[in-house]
Amino acid sequence: MSTIPNFAPAAAEILLLALVSLVLVIDLYIDQARRALTYYLSQGTVLLTVLVLVNHVNTAPVFTFSNMFVDDTLGRVLKVLVLLTVSVVFAYGRQYAEERDMLKGEFFSLILFATLGMMVLISANHFLTLYLGLELLALAQYALVALQRDSARATEAAMKYFVLGALASGLLLYGMSMIYGGTGSLNLQEVAQGLASGRVDHVVASVGLVFIVAGLAFKLGVVPFHMWIPDVYEGAPTAVTLFIGSAPKIAGVAFFVRMLGEGLAPLAHDWQQMLVLLAVVSMALGNITAIAQTNLKRMLAYSTISHMGFVLLGILAATQQGYAAATFYISTYTLMALGAFGVMLLLSRAGFEAEQLNDYKGLNKRNPWFALIMLLVMISMAGIPPSVGFFAKLSVLRAALDAGYTWLVVVAVLLSLIGAFYYLRVIKLMYMDEPEDTSPIGGDLDVRVLLSVNGLAVLLFGILPQPLLSLFNHAVVQSLR
Amino acid sequence: MIDFSVFVFYAFAAVLLAAGAGVIVSRNPVHAALWLVLAFFSGSGLWMLLEAEFLAISLVLVYVGAVMVLFLFVVMMLDINLDRLREGFWRYFPVGGLVALLMVGELVLASLSKNFATMGRNLPAAPADYSNTRELGMLLYTQYLYPFELAAVILLVAIVAAIALTLRRRTNTKYQNPAQQVRVKRADRVRMVDIASGETAE
Repeated sequence: MSTIPNFAPAAAEILLLALVSLVLVIDLYIDQARRALTYYLSQGTVLLTVLVLVNHVNTAPVFTFSNMFVDDTLGRVLKVLVLLTVSVVFAYGRQYAEERDMLKGEFFSLILFATLGMMVLISANHFLTLYLGLELLALAQYALVALQRDSARATEAAMKYFVLGALASGLLLYGMSMIYGGTGSLNLQEVAQGLASGRVDHVVASVGLVFIVAGLAFKLGVVPFHMWIPDVYEGAPTAVTLFIGSAPKIAGVAFFVRMLGEGLAPLAHDWQQMLVLLAVVSMALGNITAIAQTNLKRMLAYSTISHMGFVLLGILAATQQGYAAATFYISTYTLMALGAFGVMLLLSRAGFEAEQLNDYKGLNKRNPWFALIMLLVMISMAGIPPSVGFFAKLSVLRAALDAGYTWLVVVAVLLSLIGAFYYLRVIKLMYMDEPEDTSPIGGDLDVRVLLSVNGLAVLLFGILPQPLLSLFNHAVVQSLR
Repeated sequence: MIDFSVFVFYAFAAVLLAAGAGVIVSRNPVHAALWLVLAFFSGSGLWMLLEAEFLAISLVLVYVGAVMVLFLFVVMMLDINLDRLREGFWRYFPVGGLVALLMVGELVLASLSKNFATMGRNLPAAPADYSNTRELGMLLYTQYLYPFELAAVILLVAIVAAIALTLRRRTNTKYQNPAQQVRVKRADRVRMVDIASGETAE
């Protein structure tokens, strides 16, 4: 009655799952002294999956598994970005994890499982697969936060994250069930057709929409659903914060684009208004609260909240240009987050977390090169040209402007000016103050090289943003109708 | 004269709601767990009414039989301080109550809409030899193969996470090593001492 599904479009996911299971088993037979092997196997897993993804790119979307899985250009681009990010996370986090007795097989396998979850999420074409991908990602993240089990701070953060995450999943599922009740389908295209046909009661659709947007906002961490972000960022070990603050954001934006941009596109008029509100309060609260922080991890947490507000500007335009701008923004943000947390991990050493702002005093005198890298990342986060952060902000603002939200663009520019203050304060601390801590800066050669490339990429894509921008435009045009 | 199945539906639904409320308001966590068992029973009754026999039976077997028993054990072993849990209840009550009211309002509006009034009216009657279990199995391994496999991966992650968070070697606790106990020789435990009369062994 039913034929065997076409497995080829999901080849990368299948390969990743098989290799993760292999890493999980091999790791059991390795003693602690040779844990480096797990690291290399995990890196190999990630890079092999990337090779499979870039090997063949379809021009038109291909559906499989009863239309629950879609393989399109946008999905492939985002998946490759997620995988590369994870590879960098492994490289940056390795030494930190080793010094804190966290370098266990689970550190790698849980991150790889979370990566699988993100890939499922990015390729989902069905409410069920969207939800399962999200849960796979979230479950691995909760455990990663609590991985340092003797740290009371990490356990508390994991608990908060878990409880709020479960609540968000509940909201999301409730909204999905409403939309299902209205349209009679969970498939994104069928939902869109059902909603467009006008036979769905508007009250049912909008109640479902409210719950879905609330759940999505929780997961991405935008105000007023942001409470977990600062605590989790601060409480989690920095190597885990680096992971949580980077790759899952890309998957989160993919979630927004799939859910709102494809499934609930006929309700765009309703969700645009909700996102306008979320975007404004996120940018305002994120930027203003970040000024008051003395802890760099907390400051970056609030900065994330404001950046997510900017991403929403692109999504709420509800145009192809807007989705391309949002995905471009999130990719560049990920690059900057990797750089900032990378420097933080480089300065950390056994028994010392470089997480207070004062720890960065006089970094220029201690190590001018990495002070320069941090400078590039900070001006990019603030959105000052010629860094890539400027073009990212420009493209989402242009998308919102073209969609007719002139006042919103003015507000966003004003709020990002306020935000520039706290990024520039880090630069002032690094360049104008005397160092309080003069211990040498360690780090393996590969991490130093990678971090340098990371920092310079922020500048390079700022000078030449066009290839990256047109990549996202191309991907969105080919994937979304 | 209402249909008997409608009467059964309302009976189960009322018990389900009452039990759900009982889970939240009961002061004793063991009672709360027992209320939850009752809620599962009435839920499975509702499913039986919908002719979803497999789901109804597995809900009772898995949740009531296995999960809730474990849960009861855990609740009994934990020292739950109720007074600390209730701290700040009244302080947060206005905000929480407002949000709850809003949500109830939304749900009432949604469920009153004409959308759900016509749903499920024209379901075809199942033939007499219809097997619920067989159909579910067919769907799970064909149309829903992908989400089914994903659910399996999520369970695997749950196992890995649970073991990573709980298993560790603690060096400062006293524990027995049965293998060592079995392998022990007489010489390890007994020392023969020759004591001449009138002396004391040291």
